Amino acid sequence: MSTTVNAVTCPVCGCLCDDIELTIENGVVVKVKNGCAMCESKFFNYKNEHRNKTPLMRKEGKLVPVSYDEAIHKAAEILANANYPILYGWSSTDCEAQRVGVELAEEIGGVLDNTAVVCHGPSILSVQEVGIPTCTLGQIRHRADLVIYWGCDPWSAHPRHLERYTTFTEGRFKGSEWKEYMNKVKASAGKKKLLSLERREIVKRKPEPIIEKVTVNKPPETLGKAGRKLIVIDVRKTMTAEVADYFIQVEQGKDYELMLAIRALVKDHELDVDQVAGVPVEYLEELVDAMVNCDFGVIFFGMGLTHSAGKFRNVDVAISLIRDLNRRTKFAILPMRGHFNVTGANTVSTWQSGYPYAVDFSLGYPRYNPGETSVVDVLLRKESDAALIVASDPASNFPRKAVEHLVANPLIVIDPHMNATALLGDVVFPAAIVGIEKAGTAYRMDHVPLPLKKVVEPPEGILSDEEILSRILEEVRVIKSQRMQEAA
Amino acid sequence: MVQQKLRVTLLTGRTIEQGVGKEAGKGTKEYFESTSMCYMDAGDMKKLGIKNNTNIRVTTSNGSVVLRAVKYPRGAMPGLIYIPYGPWANAICSSDTTGIGTPSFKGTPAEVEPTPDKPILTLEELLRSEFGR
Repeated sequence: MSTTVNAVTCPVCGCLCDDIELTIENGVVVKVKNGCAMCESKFFNYKNEHRNKTPLMRKEGKLVPVSYDEAIHKAAEILANANYPILYGWSSTDCEAQRVGVELAEEIGGVLDNTAVVCHGPSILSVQEVGIPTCTLGQIRHRADLVIYWGCDPWSAHPRHLERYTTFTEGRFKGSEWKEYMNKVKASAGKKKLLSLERREIVKRKPEPIIEKVTVNKPPETLGKAGRKLIVIDVRKTMTAEVADYFIQVEQGKDYELMLAIRALVKDHELDVDQVAGVPVEYLEELVDAMVNCDFGVIFFGMGLTHSAGKFRNVDVAISLIRDLNRRTKFAILPMRGHFNVTGANTVSTWQSGYPYAVDFSLGYPRYNPGETSVVDVLLRKESDAALIVASDPASNFPRKAVEHLVANPLIVIDPHMNATALLGDVVFPAAIVGIEKAGTAYRMDHVPLPLKKVVEPPEGILSDEEILSRILEEVRVIKSQRMQEAA
Repeated sequence: MVQQKLRVTLLTGRTIEQGVGKEAGKGTKEYFESTSMCYMDAGDMKKLGIKNNTNIRVTTSNGSVVLRAVKYPRGAMPGLIYIPYGPWANAICSSDTTGIGTPSFKGTPAEVEPTPDKPILTLEELLRSEFGR
């Protein structure tokens, strides 16, 4: 029997597209409509052979299947006995599980951190310093006429961002630029065809030598056109840069300089140099003209700013630039959040403990000092003595030196799939996939909460993150009360 | 004149192939192929005398790893190499959190040398060589 489910929220990236249509036959997703490549990959592969099917425990060096009861008892024992455990991950699960996570961290006096620490943590630090003039994606969809992607590549990381929220969307007050883009693609395809004919010597013309070099081109005349404009600033020509009206290739690690130069130009200062960060000042002047003359502009920024030298200072100056621009026109700025519920992880952590990430409960009250209480630093200083990883893969995504200490201590992993961290784990729990096999709540990158749907049943006997965590928490409390009784 | 080694700056980040691979599962062929590779500038590859899909060794002060070199298809980026996020990139990228908790995933100085005969380690082999598990 086949059923169709409409308005499914996609649990992959921070776009949280909620217009996915799924066709389900005999409890299996057979068709995905409206989704991007990552969305399809998730909905088609959730049941593949890499799925964890039973809880596993390491015995004599090997992971062997055990029951949930045994694994939960072991995990609770590890956490209750630890002095300074780490509770990390959280961005690919729902807010309901995150809420239990905060309670568990407080109960065992651990360090609660989420994937923002290796992602937009610096952005959060900057926002705490200078604030953020921002808006929801809906406003951008309907009103923005200048969209700038700085140090991010939505075509790769948030594939439907352009189509749903920015340049290629049909807003109430601003139209889509999709047709224009298609014309550009057709023109370039025509050019390629001609080149191919020349190569095959069907058409004869003296070939021009192709010299690839860094492309800091003159701004095109279309930068002054009406309608939506798309500008990309990056160190390499990304997929998004290919569709942009204007692409600026900035020298690696010099975003801060470039941003300061733009700030100066917005304030009508003269620059005494010819170029900044590899970009001629005259081009920058035209860029600033486009910024100042738009009705409503927005800058989206990504890891290009937060992972390069300067980190939170880069974001700091970007937000300050928005503040300057708001004296001339209307501008907003948004970070491109990666995981589908990393924003939720920050939000839940903030409303429960007061801090968005890197929260240390070891003194009995929450403390926050990224650089000290952030999980990578705790690992590099070799201070933790156990770890609980939920819906994340730090063994793949942390620098090796940090992972060395992570695996040197008892490691508990809750994840639907086998990944590098689960392979190295001591206790591994399989979980139902949030947004496919479990309903919940997630926050979109602009802090709009959306419901996630349960579209199919989880494999028999498989619990959700929330249930597993609640049972571990219960068991930890039992162990602790027994210990109190023994002491008394 | 073909060089033996090339000094470059290492960037790590996302690609759509890596995104599709991670959603399919970290043990899949898609994930392995999309994260055990390294985008290089066409000019830089010429300097090293290597072709598309030649294995290279990338070394930083944090370690070294064998990867498949792929010509960056969309324009020049001389002096930069780009490895998609994953265990192979993190085997060599900097762990310096510069006092704010976030490691420096972009901008690590690195050295590239051609090693056409060296194999790329699988995920299990890589983890065993790094952590002994």
